[in-house]
Amino acid sequence: MTSARRKSYGVKGAPYAFLLPATVLFALFFALPIGYAIWLSLHKVQVKGLGLGSGARQEVWAGLENYADALGDSEFLDGALRVLGYGAIVVPVMLGLALVLALMLDSDKVRLAPFTRLAIFLPYAVPGVVAALLWGFLYLPDVSPFYFVLEKLGLPQPDLLDGGGLYAALSNIAIWGGTGFNMIVIYTSLQAIPVEVYEAAKLDGATPLQIALRIKIPMVAPSLVLTFFFSIIATLQVFSEPTTLKPLTNAVSTTWSPLMKVYVDAFGKGDIHGAAAGAVVIALATLVVSFGFLRAANSRNKRDVSQGAVR
Amino acid sequence: MPNITKHRRFVATAVAVTLGATTLAACGGSDDDGEARSGPAKLTYWTWTPGMDKVVDLWNKGPGKEQQITVTVKKQASGDTLVTKILTAHKAGKGPDLVQAEYQALPTLVSNDAVADIAKESGDAKGKFADGVWQQTTLGSDAVYAIPQDIGPMMFYYREDLFKKYGLTVPKTWDEFAETARKLKKEEPDVDLTTFSANDSGLFAGLAQQAGAKWWTTEGQKWKVGIDDAATRKVADFWGGLVKEGAIDNQPMYTPAWNKALNTGKQIAWVSAVWAPGTLTTAAPDTQGKWKMAPLPQWSDSENVTGSWGGSSTAVTTDSKHKGAAAKFAAWLNTDPRALTALAKEGGIYPAATTAQTSDAFAQPPAFFSHQADFYTAASEIAKTTAPSAWGPNVNVAYTSFKDAFGAAAKDKSDFGAALKKMRDDTVADMKKQGFEVSE
Repeated sequence: MTSARRKSYGVKGAPYAFLLPATVLFALFFALPIGYAIWLSLHKVQVKGLGLGSGARQEVWAGLENYADALGDSEFLDGALRVLGYGAIVVPVMLGLALVLALMLDSDKVRLAPFTRLAIFLPYAVPGVVAALLWGFLYLPDVSPFYFVLEKLGLPQPDLLDGGGLYAALSNIAIWGGTGFNMIVIYTSLQAIPVEVYEAAKLDGATPLQIALRIKIPMVAPSLVLTFFFSIIATLQVFSEPTTLKPLTNAVSTTWSPLMKVYVDAFGKGDIHGAAAGAVVIALATLVVSFGFLRAANSRNKRDVSQGAVR
Repeated sequence: MPNITKHRRFVATAVAVTLGATTLAACGGSDDDGEARSGPAKLTYWTWTPGMDKVVDLWNKGPGKEQQITVTVKKQASGDTLVTKILTAHKAGKGPDLVQAEYQALPTLVSNDAVADIAKESGDAKGKFADGVWQQTTLGSDAVYAIPQDIGPMMFYYREDLFKKYGLTVPKTWDEFAETARKLKKEEPDVDLTTFSANDSGLFAGLAQQAGAKWWTTEGQKWKVGIDDAATRKVADFWGGLVKEGAIDNQPMYTPAWNKALNTGKQIAWVSAVWAPGTLTTAAPDTQGKWKMAPLPQWSDSENVTGSWGGSSTAVTTDSKHKGAAAKFAAWLNTDPRALTALAKEGGIYPAATTAQTSDAFAQPPAFFSHQADFYTAASEIAKTTAPSAWGPNVNVAYTSFKDAFGAAAKDKSDFGAALKKMRDDTVADMKKQGFEVSE
């Protein structure tokens, strides 16, 4: 009797037992840190008088004050605009290049495909900081071989570490590093398209260009959505490239991107509460933008499918 | 699985800050086990000075062994980053026993109750240091928050050969400095006397200090912020003027381009501090033996003062369970002749203790300046003329604001006065936000 009951408990408890590891991990490494960040963002340090000696500092409830400060800080918003400008260059150029390269690699006429694929992918394996350093040296007129050649040829030498040139310079690092990865994602899904589809298209008299535009691109649309989604997130969180270029030029401030501002608040100014609020704002903005895009893309896909069905 | 990665990435920002804080706290921790103050003590010491472990070995095998006080060195981040680490560790109650701290960081550490008052334990250390240096560790009170370790009196470095070639004389005043810059620019448009760099706030702070600026002072229970006082404004306008008229370069230092400019003679002077030979050795290796050091130009003929750029102290934390033992070690490290000689040899530091500045370790000039035999004699004379400095509880905020405001002003060749005002406003706003009493 007892053993039977115990058995039934065991069966009942089994799902919970299976869930336990995931739940614990989720709570420890996901919910807890986020909860702590939110808790920090709702507090602030209050100093009394000169603020010297023990007991001069207290942690007090701040409510939404830190959020108001973060959202009302023109530098934070300027940083967001700079990142949007940077993203407007990076995302289309990188994904456009990745798509074209993937289509080229997928065509029958390509030679040395494995080598080319690897060569294009390789920059992705270079850490972001190293890539930024490498390019940073190439951007500095006094030490760059490019500028040396331009000077010898008597060509104009653009300033890549200031003004509009800076956006091009930063975007170039991201595009150089990210194209290969996105190309592989798209290329993999191109490879998954059944050969019959191409055969049917050829029988219908489609040219290679038509096959690319009418068959291949629509069929890899889900991959394009995915790469777009990842690229948006990576763009909104840009940090290491501008941070690495910062010491090389006066044009990159310590708060160039919102994430850099969070870093400076936490580790430059020692204001972890303000930094936590900034981090939460960035996380929410990233969530809204990227999921907003995903939803828009999905609903469009569904509409296309249903329209196709009606037709 | 893909879902998890996606989620991870969204919150990476939020988590990064938190995780950063917790891991930092976790890697702190002293080995103390709550023993009584007397008796054997094991101390941890956070420092960035290279070769400090060898200096500490001298203690552990000598006086430390007799007194049963063992010190373990933990190499840590340097400068401001270490301040953040100390504060985080202190918050978790897991700070080390001893920390290296730059002078301008001491008020921040004191304000966070992270470093202890060791006035009782510091003994007769006070007499070993110049008054202006010692005063930085007391914050003008009766307390002693640290023992001075090294100092960075500022000096003027120039290419002797190129000064001769271009017919320039070493400027004795800042007016002459400006004239020299203009003269050089006129004759050699491709060569700059020097650059105004906004990426190290310590340089500007030292120049302002020389001009007599007092950035933070107290009036009763209120702070007074003088970042845009007349003296600092004079310094800002001077450098802003030179940048605006193009007499000097406006690019940051410590970049590959700056190294090349120094190495190839495109920049022929550097306003720096006593530690410059070390920097020049790596930045401009081809110019060995071509540089000379002179006192910093003055604001008037009759004056003889310099500022300081860099320098640090050894402080005992409030978390330490063996404050007395820690203070003993700190005093030994920075006043004992053997320790100071080892610090000079292993760590390459310029000691704050006055007698050590003329000790055997400094009989020979640095290798890069081997032709200037009296380098260290001159340096110790210059060190005596260091103006007092006045640091406040949020130097880090002022420094960050300096980098951005002056970086932008140098780039645009715009009004440095406006940048200075922004630096002052940012600093005051931060103090008020934190709740400090600030008098207008």
